[in-house]
Order: sequence, then C-alpha cells, then structure tokens
Amino acid sequence: MTAVWVTIGALALATAALKLAGPLVLGGRGLPVSAMGVIELLASALLAALVAVETFGKGRSLTLDARALGVAFAAVALLRRAPMMVAVLGAAVVAGLARLVF
Amino acid sequence: MAGVRRGVPFGVAVFAIAVSFGVLARPVMGPVAPIVMSVIVFSGAAQFGSLAVLKAGGGVGAAIAAGILLNARYLAMGLALAPSLRGRAISRAAFGLTVVDASWAAASKGDGTFDRWYLVGVTAPQYVGWVLGTIVGVFAGRAVGDPQALGLDALFPAFFVALLLAEVRGRRRLAAAGGGAGIALTLTPLLPAGLPILAAAAAAVAVARSRS
Repeated sequence: MTAVWVTIGALALATAALKLAGPLVLGGRGLPVSAMGVIELLASALLAALVAVETFGKGRSLTLDARALGVAFAAVALLRRAPMMVAVLGAAVVAGLARLVF
Repeated sequence: MAGVRRGVPFGVAVFAIAVSFGVLARPVMGPVAPIVMSVIVFSGAAQFGSLAVLKAGGGVGAAIAAGILLNARYLAMGLALAPSLRGRAISRAAFGLTVVDASWAAASKGDGTFDRWYLVGVTAPQYVGWVLGTIVGVFAGRAVGDPQALGLDALFPAFFVALLLAEVRGRRRLAAAGGGAGIALTLTPLLPAGLPILAAAAAAVAVARSRS
C-alpha cells in the first residue's frame, strides 16, 4: 500500500511542477513570434498523438482492437455534429458490442 | 461563466472516464487512494498510466516515471500559456495549475494567446466530474462489471478525438495533427510510454517552419 501512496504523492507534485514551470519561469514575458507559430499548432500535434497512442497502443506495442471501432464511431459522430456525450459514450457502447460479437 | 458552460459537456464525458478509472483502480489501490489521487493529481493520462504499471507489478519508480512522462506535455502547454498570464507569481501559478487538455485547447484564442478566466471556467466542471466519477467507480465497481467488456477503455481516446476535432481547422493544423500521430505511433515500440506523445511536438515545430 505504501507503493500506491508514494506514487500518488510523487505524481501530484510532479504534475504541479510540470504545469507551473512555464508560468513561473517565463512569467508574463512574450515569446518570439516564431514560438507563437509553434504554440498555435501544438494542441493539434499533441492531441492527435494522444488519440493515436490511446487507440492503438498496448504497452510498448501497437494493436488493432475494439477501441479503434469505438473511436472511429466517435469521430464520425462528431463530424456529423452529434453532441460530445453521444459520441464519447457511443464509443464505449460500440467497443463493448464489438467485444461481444468477436 | 462562458467557460463553465463550455466545460459542462467535457465534465460529463470526464465523469464517465473517471468511473472507469475508479473501477479499474479499486482492486489495485483500495477504495480511498484512487479518490485521493483524482483530487490531487487530476490527470487521466498519468493516473491510467501509473495504475497500469502498478497493476503489472512494475514497481513505484516505474509507475512514477510513466505518470511523469505521460504528463510531460503539460510542460509544453505551460510554456505556451505563460505569456498570457500577467501579475504576481502566485496568481500565475494559480492559473497555471488549472490547465488540463480540454480547457487549454478551448482557451486558446488561435493566435498563440490564451483567455485565462475561460481556462479556469472550462476546467471547473471537469474537476467536479473527475472526482465524482472516481467515487462512483470505486463504490459501484462491482455493479458496473468488467470495464473492458463494456468498452470503457474506448472512452478515453474518444474524449481526445472530441478535443482534437474541435482544434483541427485548416491545412496547417491538419498537417501538425497527422505528423504528431505518425511520430507517436512510430516511436511507441521504441520509447517508454509518454515520450512518444511529447516527441509529437516536433510535428508542430516542423509545420510552423514550413512556409505554406
């Protein structure tokens, strides 16, 4: 049980430190224009990476399983302007059904 | 308040994800620890990632390392946010701590600057959803059943698809997204979890440097 609490404490501190480093070190100073161009694109790159890894990653290997069907459903639903709740919860339903069938 | 309204749908989705975290964490951590973790860590990627390591018997060091690497993107997000925060260090720190993926993306004005109160507003419902969902997951776990059979592991990536689709507008962002996903998938077999996601930032740099 100690292992669990040490992990929780360390991650709480580390996450706060990661979030605070930029605002505390850089403060309200402006970044160069070239950096602003990167920042504008950063969310797209990081979010796409998270989606890819969470959909296809299994530890340190890649795999194609029911998650991919669920995520594909969510993407199509969102592109057809479905509410986010429908898309996200629908993804779970689709993945669950896929596991029942296969 | 506009931020809070924008954050409510995120909060509902985050609630569902947190239920799955609570269900998965209870057998490994007991009932109290997962709730405390959601209160003070408040990060899906790090919590799921470190839980997976602990469950596999990977040890404390490995669990902490996985959680830190999975959250390393917050370093980049904090650097991006910093110029939009003014005032004393304590106030900058308070705003900086409220960053989570959905609110960071939503508070971006599209020109490299951020609306800091909007950021706080979008985060608030997600924090409530995350903590409440964890409590429900921990105590209703047995009634919920096997999280995998229910497809709950698809909730997390589907949530990030919603964030991504709201963000990807125009050719350059699409290129950054495609590049980021490609980098992350390519590096997943080669690097510890989390680093491939951080490395995807290189795609943003590459696209920003290209002219058209």
